Amino acid sequence: MTGSREAVLGRIRAALATAGPVAAQPVPREYDRRGALAPGSPEAIELLVDRLIDYRAEVQVVAPAEVTAAVARALGDAASVVVPRGLPDDVLAACEQDGRQVVGDLSEIPLTAAQLDGIDAVVTGARVAIALSGTIVLDGGPDQGRRAITLVPDLHVIVLRADQVVQTVPEAIALLDPTAPLTMISGPSATSDIELQRVEGVHGPRTLRVVIVG
Amino acid sequence: MRIAIMATCLGDALFPDVVRATVTLLTRLGHEVVFPAGQTCCGQMHVNTGYLKEALPVVRHHVEVFSEADYDVAVAPSGSCVGSVRHQHAMVARRAGDTALTERAVAVASRTYELSELLVDVLGVTDVGAYYPHRVTYHPTCHSLRMLRVGDKPMQLLRAVEGIDLVELPQAEQCCGFGGTFALKNADTSSAMLADKIGNVLEVRPDVCSAGDASCLMHIGGGLSRLGSGVHTVHLAQILAATREQPVGAA
Amino acid sequence: MTTFLGVPLRRHAHAPESPLRGTESFPQAARRELANPQLRANLAHATATIRAKRAAVVGELADWEALRDSGSAIKADVMARLPELLEQFEAAFTARGGTVHWAADADEANRIVTELVRATGADEVIKIKSMATQEIGLNEYLEEQGIAAVETDLAELIVQLGHDKPSHILVPAIHRNRTEIRDIFVSEMTGVVEGLTDDPRELAMAARTHLRRKFLSARVAVSGANFGIADTGTLCVVESEGNGRMCLTLPDTLITVMGIEKLLPTFADLEVFLQLLPRSSTGERMNPYTSLWSGVTPGDGPQDLHVVLLDNGRTNALADEVGRAALHCIRCSACLNVCPVYERTGGHAYGSVYPGPIGAVLTPQLTGMQGHDDPNASLPYASSLCGACYDACPVKINIPELLVELRARSVDDERGGMPGGWDAAMKAASWVMSDPKRFAAAEKGLQLGRIVAGRDRKISTLPPPLSGWTQSRDLPAPPAQTFRAWWRETHPEEQA
Repeated sequence: MTGSREAVLGRIRAALATAGPVAAQPVPREYDRRGALAPGSPEAIELLVDRLIDYRAEVQVVAPAEVTAAVARALGDAASVVVPRGLPDDVLAACEQDGRQVVGDLSEIPLTAAQLDGIDAVVTGARVAIALSGTIVLDGGPDQGRRAITLVPDLHVIVLRADQVVQTVPEAIALLDPTAPLTMISGPSATSDIELQRVEGVHGPRTLRVVIVG
Repeated sequence: MRIAIMATCLGDALFPDVVRATVTLLTRLGHEVVFPAGQTCCGQMHVNTGYLKEALPVVRHHVEVFSEADYDVAVAPSGSCVGSVRHQHAMVARRAGDTALTERAVAVASRTYELSELLVDVLGVTDVGAYYPHRVTYHPTCHSLRMLRVGDKPMQLLRAVEGIDLVELPQAEQCCGFGGTFALKNADTSSAMLADKIGNVLEVRPDVCSAGDASCLMHIGGGLSRLGSGVHTVHLAQILAATREQPVGAA
Repeated sequence: MTTFLGVPLRRHAHAPESPLRGTESFPQAARRELANPQLRANLAHATATIRAKRAAVVGELADWEALRDSGSAIKADVMARLPELLEQFEAAFTARGGTVHWAADADEANRIVTELVRATGADEVIKIKSMATQEIGLNEYLEEQGIAAVETDLAELIVQLGHDKPSHILVPAIHRNRTEIRDIFVSEMTGVVEGLTDDPRELAMAARTHLRRKFLSARVAVSGANFGIADTGTLCVVESEGNGRMCLTLPDTLITVMGIEKLLPTFADLEVFLQLLPRSSTGERMNPYTSLWSGVTPGDGPQDLHVVLLDNGRTNALADEVGRAALHCIRCSACLNVCPVYERTGGHAYGSVYPGPIGAVLTPQLTGMQGHDDPNASLPYASSLCGACYDACPVKINIPELLVELRARSVDDERGGMPGGWDAAMKAASWVMSDPKRFAAAEKGLQLGRIVAGRDRKISTLPPPLSGWTQSRDLPAPPAQTFRAWWRETHPEEQA
């Protein structure tokens, strides 16, 4: 700790005292704490897909048996892919197809940013997805890895289980571990800084492909 | 019903036709109109310019006049003056530490209505039997919209007028740039806002631009006059008061 | 009318480059900005676009008003419990390996950041767009200390390369159109591709190429924070381009400068604010990227984490019961986009890094108003009080009411000295309007106006300060008879 801690806290206390005591008001919470759609329901998936497409993300909804093929399709002509250590076997199998170079990001010998910049794609799972806002949340779990690997490569493929899809923001927040480094992703990176016109793809991955396994 | 007319200082001094039309309309609808003679001004200009101390005697006077008069409800053909009565008078009194005045101000405010509110909500009428064969566009005015939340009540009333050709004003909800002393203190910005409002009015080629506030109409009308546009401003009350027998011209 | 004339305007000597104070009053600055038709066109287009987007996504949520009510109440609770929440935040952030610094003012914050950068040995930092660091003039301070600060947000980059000033809280280059931006890139950016067009996509890609090396090699980043969570010590940055993630993830050291009012009590409160903020600011259901970190995560992201808690005038605002509400602001900029004044003048006219309706409230509160010739004393008047800002505000700050309160304070502080004869005029009007006899007598004086108006029944020139009216508007001739006189004539039975 440095700086004027006591001075600032003292000024705040004095300011609050000047304005007089403020009676604690209960915070009203009349907004929707849960949605009408059940987590993982076809309607919730449909809503998520609609929102993701609206953000120019590319989406496939597939049966469990089709995961490998769907991820392979999503990887397209990527020649190299970085993977976290905890990807399920059927997803990993897709990465290894077509002579693709698969690079594991291990905590003992993490890849440098420059090394990541030389890799075409990344494949991860996710913690939870919010249908209403088209948002996918990563929490650094074993199937997601550290934040840098989903940031530097230009193509991000996310494999989502249907039961991870909730309808509303409050339902998702309730599932998150606040101590984990969290990244919420809603479509590929974008900017609206030029005449408020949205352009997808700036510094983060320019392409986001989502495979939903239902 | 016994209805007290609040003429407003601007209506009394510069736009008596608007207040007279309000009286004509309410009388035609079968109500008794009274004019509390001591009334002057709501004090809004003082409040909005920051002269709250100077606003206090004006507010006190209004509250006294409208507390002592004998009537069921009061009405003003002005969204902003009613907005001031409802949202500023108690604040001015409270800030001055006058509890009794605060309570009386709240009581006066609770039975003071803007014209379209009075007609639609209190008197339950949308077709007032008016006849107005002109092309009209309507500027909803900020304080009617956002302080009083009159919503589409003026439009409900206008749509029921026989012979009217009502055209929607583009970007209707944008401020015309009047804002009381804002028009003087920030004259350049106010003029720029007015220019855009007038552009939107002229785009729909009306005979008449109407509103529920004489002050905004004075502003818009002043600009239309300067441009020699040929479009005139007529208050909502004047359109609603017009009949075949007693027409109000577009000029 | 003579009371309006002849009151000289005193000039005020203020530091020309203060991020919170311009060098001229709002009306003077606005006049200059209004004379720029390109600016007017750019702003009209941009604000209309974002207004429509916001309206659409806000309209999708049936519980929007309930979210606003919660947001407003949560921020009121934060202000009432600020000391305990700051201490709670400090304890949680520190427990997980971060370091908390406290800055009483801009100078102290700048010194803390500089020392932290120096300790790493770096002479360059990458930056995420941050209002707090703009407010303290951090970039300029770092430059003076020999440390280069590289803005990585596209709009901030446009402003930095154009040697310009930000004009909007969210979209600092909103005053520029695509052609102007292309021209800035071509003349200021090294290694721009031949034949760069003004297509926004091409321009965004040029920025990507320009910044890529910086991101991959930077050792220190500086950020602001949208929210700090007291119970978990979490910091939150919402952004769109991924430049924020680059800064928050790749460097070894991350320094976050956050105003003390940015706290939320609990992690769960994000469920309210992550709905209110993106829909209000960019008009999106959710911004592309939101990053949350609570101290150091071994093996993931910066291992050296700092947060600088900034006062810089906030406690001035906090001391006032009314003014306190301005600190609820979450910097979404919805009020700018709906403001008819901002839409025409742009942000530079406000002279502060916080422009628009909330800037007109917040800026004078942070700096105080030092007399009526202080440019910031003109800001509370930079509004027609149309109320659009209050309706748009996601935390329901009653900006028109705060503006009136600040006007009252400015008047009360300066009684007897307001320029242009306003004091005298308002006193006279109060005297007249609080008495019916005096009012009726004054109305008789209006008959003079009928003579001025002449035969066309309109007045086209008036003396100052009423000349402001007749520069673009006529005034109708006063009527022959007031309403009051007509009533008396038609209701003779009422005469006592």
